[in-house]
Amino acid sequence: FAGAKKYGLGTIATPEQIAGWDIDIRPDGQGLPPGKGTFEEGEAIFLERCASCHGEFGEAFGRYPVLVGGEDSLVSQDPVKTIGSYWPYATTVFDYVRRAMPFGAAQTLTNDETYAVTAFLLSMNSIIEDDFVLNQDNLPTIQMPNHNGFIVDGRPDVPPGEPCMKDCKESVRIIGKARQLDVTPETDRATTVAAL
Amino acid sequence: MLWRKKTRDSHTKTPSSLSRRLFLRATTALVGGTLASALPNRLATAANAENLPPNLPSWSQHLGFSVDDRPYGRPSQHEGHVVRRSVKWLTATRESSVNFTPLHELDGFVTPNGLCFERHHGGAPDIPSQDHRLMIHGLVNRPLLFTMDDLMRFPPVSRFHFLECAANGGMEWRGSQLNGCQYTHGMVHCVQWTGVSLKTVLDEAGLKSHAKWLLPEGADSAAMTRSIPMEKALDDCLLAYSMNGERLRPEQGYPLRLLVPGWEGNMWVKWLRRIEVGDQPWHHREETSKYTDLLPDGKARRFTWVMEAKSIITNPSPEKPLSVKGVQQLKGLAWSGRGKIKRVDVSFDGGMNWQTARLEEPVLPKCLTRFYVEWNWDGKSVMLQSRAMDETGYVQPTYADLHQVRGENSIYHNNSIQTWLINPNGEAENVRLG
Repeated sequence: FAGAKKYGLGTIATPEQIAGWDIDIRPDGQGLPPGKGTFEEGEAIFLERCASCHGEFGEAFGRYPVLVGGEDSLVSQDPVKTIGSYWPYATTVFDYVRRAMPFGAAQTLTNDETYAVTAFLLSMNSIIEDDFVLNQDNLPTIQMPNHNGFIVDGRPDVPPGEPCMKDCKESVRIIGKARQLDVTPETDRATTVAAL
Repeated sequence: MLWRKKTRDSHTKTPSSLSRRLFLRATTALVGGTLASALPNRLATAANAENLPPNLPSWSQHLGFSVDDRPYGRPSQHEGHVVRRSVKWLTATRESSVNFTPLHELDGFVTPNGLCFERHHGGAPDIPSQDHRLMIHGLVNRPLLFTMDDLMRFPPVSRFHFLECAANGGMEWRGSQLNGCQYTHGMVHCVQWTGVSLKTVLDEAGLKSHAKWLLPEGADSAAMTRSIPMEKALDDCLLAYSMNGERLRPEQGYPLRLLVPGWEGNMWVKWLRRIEVGDQPWHHREETSKYTDLLPDGKARRFTWVMEAKSIITNPSPEKPLSVKGVQQLKGLAWSGRGKIKRVDVSFDGGMNWQTARLEEPVLPKCLTRFYVEWNWDGKSVMLQSRAMDETGYVQPTYADLHQVRGENSIYHNNSIQTWLINPNGEAENVRLG
């Protein structure tokens, strides 16, 4: 890229400016701040700041995300995708809680509080013991249950080729109608078209 | 607190089939409460005879609006039903949610700015342009901070591209669920974007040799992040500040958003405040917990970035029934994240036989493409389908084709062929064929 044109626009971002905004964490631990937290500390914070949406046990109310449980459910009819059953990296918990939670009060948890909430969630999912002191060194070493659950994009799922144009099927059969479920907003009631 | 610790193990089993119960319970929550003006325009309202020849209507005699009455114009009051709509039961909150573009009411391939579907994760902030900054740092020679004025001094680039949510059609995986084109296919829009090439801005910072990935991040309360491979970033990504000639709408990321043409909408980070350059992906929440595609064996695909070829017949559709027999103009849209649409075929008998539609020029890469078929309706039941093909030779699959590979729980990337059943009374409805 040596030959690319430079316009001389923008100003150098100072280390202080970068430090204030650089909040992302990687699975190898890059970006993790110094700090620590435990299940017990996390439980107190969770009850106060998180449980009103996610439930005292991470079971969640209504359509809020379930955070705990769902073991062995990924092949079932109703998969429950939680931190314990689905998430591949523990670092993602710290990163996401710090950047976006609590919902409506993002980036209000201190680093220690974020370690504590992360410890609580990992413990609730039986990934670490209740007395585990989570810190910047051991968080990246935690092996998540679904660590190997992800594969590369295998698409396209259908081979390319010239599609059929005539007499393509033996028969055509309707097996479902949206109307029978009747969950569409401004529910669609049958109207007779006068012009017919 | 001790009782909690003793009992919590018994609580780790979550209630199963929450989504299924919601799926069925939603019925009761939706009755009543909608404004008449919000109802889909099912039937043409009968004309008022006093305004028809030989009579002279009032607007032919009295003055209309002055040029000062509407400094920023709005649609006709008679088009009040052409609005974005949402499905209340889909999400826990209205701020981390989605609404839908009324595709069945639109012509051409450009979506009006005020009708472009919205998807936010922490609501849509309206950020003062002068207080917005873009930071670029990480594996660069010079970490930089840009104002919006700085970004507008780079060479502008304008391009038409569709933006489709990865979850568009996601409620249809388990069967036909929503009876409307707006709801089954409306998480897509297409505008002319203007901004600066991402490559130009990265060159300004100077990439280090081991720079392989980018992490764009939003300034909103969700601080959206996604990992983007450098090859794509240097290919056709843009940093956009305008749509359809005017500055971005707040709900579309004002004052700055990332464009990742042809790829899932989640990656098009809005309110873009920061790009970190790195040598490996970050595996953040929106590319692990979300935007990964669960398969029947319990494994999930990750980094399913591209939006595959897709099409939809917008007229007729559940919101746009047929009212008379005889000549009809079938209209629809097709698009592909892998390039240009090459051909669209339409079937009137549920996929038994097909005919090739007329494509409206220009046909642009990674852009909505309009297609038409003129036909005669004899008043009998018809099963309409459209099937897109893109320039790579990829053909839009049937639902059965996709279902065989992916099962019912992958949520995202449903680009299967849609069927509308036209009943003898002219109504169209969303059906699934076996």
